[in-house]
Amino acid sequence: MFGTTGLFEELQRIQREMENAFGSAPWANGIRSSSTGFPPVNVGTTADEVDVYFFAPGVNPESWDISIQNNVLSVAGERRVIREEGASYYRKERFDGEFRRTFSLPDDIDAEKVDASYKDGVLHVRLQRKESSKPRQIKVN
Amino acid sequence: MNDKTELATKKETEIKPVDKQSEPSIRPAVDIFEDESGITLHADMPGISKERLNVKVEGDTLMIEGDAEIPIPEGMEPLYADVRATHYQRSFSLSSEMDTEKVEASLNQGVLTLRIPKREEHKPRKIEVKVG
Repeated sequence: MFGTTGLFEELQRIQREMENAFGSAPWANGIRSSSTGFPPVNVGTTADEVDVYFFAPGVNPESWDISIQNNVLSVAGERRVIREEGASYYRKERFDGEFRRTFSLPDDIDAEKVDASYKDGVLHVRLQRKESSKPRQIKVN
Repeated sequence: MNDKTELATKKETEIKPVDKQSEPSIRPAVDIFEDESGITLHADMPGISKERLNVKVEGDTLMIEGDAEIPIPEGMEPLYADVRATHYQRSFSLSSEMDTEKVEASLNQGVLTLRIPKREEHKPRKIEVKVG
């Protein structure tokens, strides 16, 4: 879990430093990223894979459109909020409409080995690294 | 100099009791609307399952909270994060005409829906205007 391990908390500091050094976070502010900020995204890596989490509750599962081209991951979907006619609204904070977020991937991603699952409003995209770039143990004879 | 330091210290202690929880929490985005028979609330809580959701009414306060659970492979290193907490929490104060005994809750793909009906006697009645 993110919270209990504090896995993503340390990032705040690293990101600040990165922003100071290179400008705003490259993942968030790519030229193709939509400005809505929906859905929020977390990205993590292991030696074998890159995991991207989209915190996108209430998305019509049929509307998910996930593609990879030239090492760019593009995820689009639609979240329609059904507004009740004649009711008086006190708060309208939730995102309503279509969204798209795009990310440049590391060079060693195998575009053929990607799977995605949508559970409890979180889309989890798992991208495997190419076999050739995975760490190998070299034996000393 | 001393006066200044004291002022600053005092301020800090005043703020602290409000922020009881040291764990950072997310304030879920909500839509709230009212119709004749009650109030409906939709809240975005991605990563929340039924077992990890807690909806409670204490006095006139409605509180929704829960902990998101996200599958993370072993040895993962974070690269980028918009979401830096897993605990959701938000509360609302209710007025007396809401029937808190009959609150209904449902959860669908990370969206919580709450329906809080009004007590019978508070539902609006249509007053007929007789034309003489």
